[in-house]
Amino acid sequence: MLLLIEQCLNGLQLGLLLFLLAAGLTLVFGIMDLVNLAHGSLYMVGAYFGATFSAMTGSFVAGVLLALIATWLLGMAVEVIALRRLYGRDHLDHVLGTFGLILFFNEGVRLVWGPAGMNLTLPPWLNTNFEIMPGVLYPTYRLAIIGVALLVAVFLYLLVMRTRVGMLIRAGASNREMVGALGINIKLLYTLVFGLGAALAGLAGLMQAPILTASIGMGENILIVAFVVIVIGGIGSIRGAFVGSVFVGLIDTVGRAFLPDLFKLVLSPAAASTAAPAISSMLIYLVMAAILIAKPQGLFPAANK
Amino acid sequence: MKNILVAAGAGLALAMSPALAQAPKTIKIGFVNTFSGPTAVIGNDMRNAFELALDHMGRKIGGLPVEVIYEDDAQKPDVGKQKTEKLIESDRVDFIVGYIWSNVLLASLKPALDSKTFIISANAGPSQVAGELCSPYFFSTSWQNDQTPQAMGLYMNTKGVKSVFLIGPNYAAGKDMLAGVASTFKGQVVGQELTKWPDQLDFSAELSKARAAKPDAIFVFYPGAAGVQFLNQYAQAGLKGQIPLYTAFTIDELSLPRQKDLALGMPGAQQWVNDLPNDTNKKFVADFKTKFKTSPSFYAAQTYDAASLIDSAVKSVNGDVSKKAEMQKAMEKADFKSVRGNFKFGNNHFPIQNFYLQDVVKDASGELVLKTVATIVENDQDRFHDKCSMK
Repeated sequence: MLLLIEQCLNGLQLGLLLFLLAAGLTLVFGIMDLVNLAHGSLYMVGAYFGATFSAMTGSFVAGVLLALIATWLLGMAVEVIALRRLYGRDHLDHVLGTFGLILFFNEGVRLVWGPAGMNLTLPPWLNTNFEIMPGVLYPTYRLAIIGVALLVAVFLYLLVMRTRVGMLIRAGASNREMVGALGINIKLLYTLVFGLGAALAGLAGLMQAPILTASIGMGENILIVAFVVIVIGGIGSIRGAFVGSVFVGLIDTVGRAFLPDLFKLVLSPAAASTAAPAISSMLIYLVMAAILIAKPQGLFPAANK
Repeated sequence: MKNILVAAGAGLALAMSPALAQAPKTIKIGFVNTFSGPTAVIGNDMRNAFELALDHMGRKIGGLPVEVIYEDDAQKPDVGKQKTEKLIESDRVDFIVGYIWSNVLLASLKPALDSKTFIISANAGPSQVAGELCSPYFFSTSWQNDQTPQAMGLYMNTKGVKSVFLIGPNYAAGKDMLAGVASTFKGQVVGQELTKWPDQLDFSAELSKARAAKPDAIFVFYPGAAGVQFLNQYAQAGLKGQIPLYTAFTIDELSLPRQKDLALGMPGAQQWVNDLPNDTNKKFVADFKTKFKTSPSFYAAQTYDAASLIDSAVKSVNGDVSKKAEMQKAMEKADFKSVRGNFKFGNNHFPIQNFYLQDVVKDASGELVLKTVATIVENDQDRFHDKCSMK
């Protein structure tokens, strides 16, 4: 039972981290109609920025804040320099263009930081354990990730639902042409939205850096999962991204943790130990397929696309 | 018209080839390894060692000029197989060396063996190749996967460990490693986790399970950067100081600069450690440090030996590499100076060798270094050699 709670926390932590990535992805996809494969690269660059700036300033928090600003600026620069030319084109062009960006960023990072990867060291106050209930220790840093990601979720909710910019974002998600026709500077809105998505991806990356270390290509694996999340949640919907990511995080972690034991009830131990890791690694895709059969638009489709 | 000329030229060249055979032949070696992605550091280390070995032999193999063709397997079995086929079919290499990953080696094995090209694994040692898939054309200058963790299992017995939790990646080598430690460990294996490889790098679920199982010790195998991530998370989960960690191929010269103090005092088993006191090794380590400004890893040491093994084979036939049976006999003698000290080959062409206990300590200047502490097992032969049909 205690183990189940701990595993749920692990799943929640992974899920919320995915949310940071998926929120940006779904905004860009839903509002700008841009398939951005390079979202994972911004995640990677965020991790490298975090490691570099915190080493330079000697402070974890300062490093994190600087890295956030840097990925935000980088995101907007990428939008202005490269992606702006892709709007209105076919999705295949988006895929090709942003795949090129992945290669560009991977090689760029190799040039600047070298091939070996980087560590982001936690300050002592985060590198401890917290007793969430008697007998259940949990790494403080992972709790901090949960906390920060929840704050970001609330911030995004308020931003999208309660502010003027949010209103434009929602309007853009529903009907882009009309927003432009009403005299809104859609270019600026796009740049801002993309910058926001980049900063969120960067935040996810730099929060992962102390756990996974910053390494080249780290964004590609998680990007696929982030796409699964937004497909499950419904493209363009932040609420969908939130529900979808927590769902995927829990399924993945809890499945990984308990599937082998479940399999052992029905299969021989040898068969179970081979089958369980294989099945658990495809569990989220199975779930995605099941959800798409029931709700082809995802759980929370954005209104009247 | 042009095409006809080319065809005529090619025909002429073919007709002349017996005469050309008199000219000194170039030994062609294909080197398949990982040179891109997060584990490229390992591939580069191995390439450096191979280049250093060539330097030491005067850029010649068996006295003949040598051409090495480096190919990147990107840590993917399908790519490794493709590159191996390319080396055999279009480059027509005499030897193929390399292979960090057991799954890549297993995929690449068949094209090499079918074409009777000597294939020398400088790292991967899957149990299948030691047993039923063994071949006269395959040699290993490393170990069979099970051996190193088997040594660790023996060491854990001497430390009075009664129960252990095993964690490793879910691919050919990971399965071998966990089976290896379980085969010699006398206590109870209370749990075993295989993780998705190579893309799962967050081990929170596995560490939670390990903690809940309350074992005396955790045994782990995570090569390359994953070893850094595992140690980080092991420490963050507060397990350091709570459940001791025993390792195989998780802490080495490549990962240590990033694991830093987290690796301090973590025991590992290894067939080669940089401070082994033989002369060949001293020269290898010193020259490697001078040339590349880094300490060689065990991956590098095995690759250096692979170059020496090829050299001994080519020498034995005076450069006539078509005499494959003679070269095989020569290689079986392991007649070269190995950096691990001399060893013999078993019937399946895997080394019979010592395994040492290595520890991470601070040297006089405060640098973290790997150091030999003890010999765990002497002249150890892998446990699959009976299944090999070669006697």
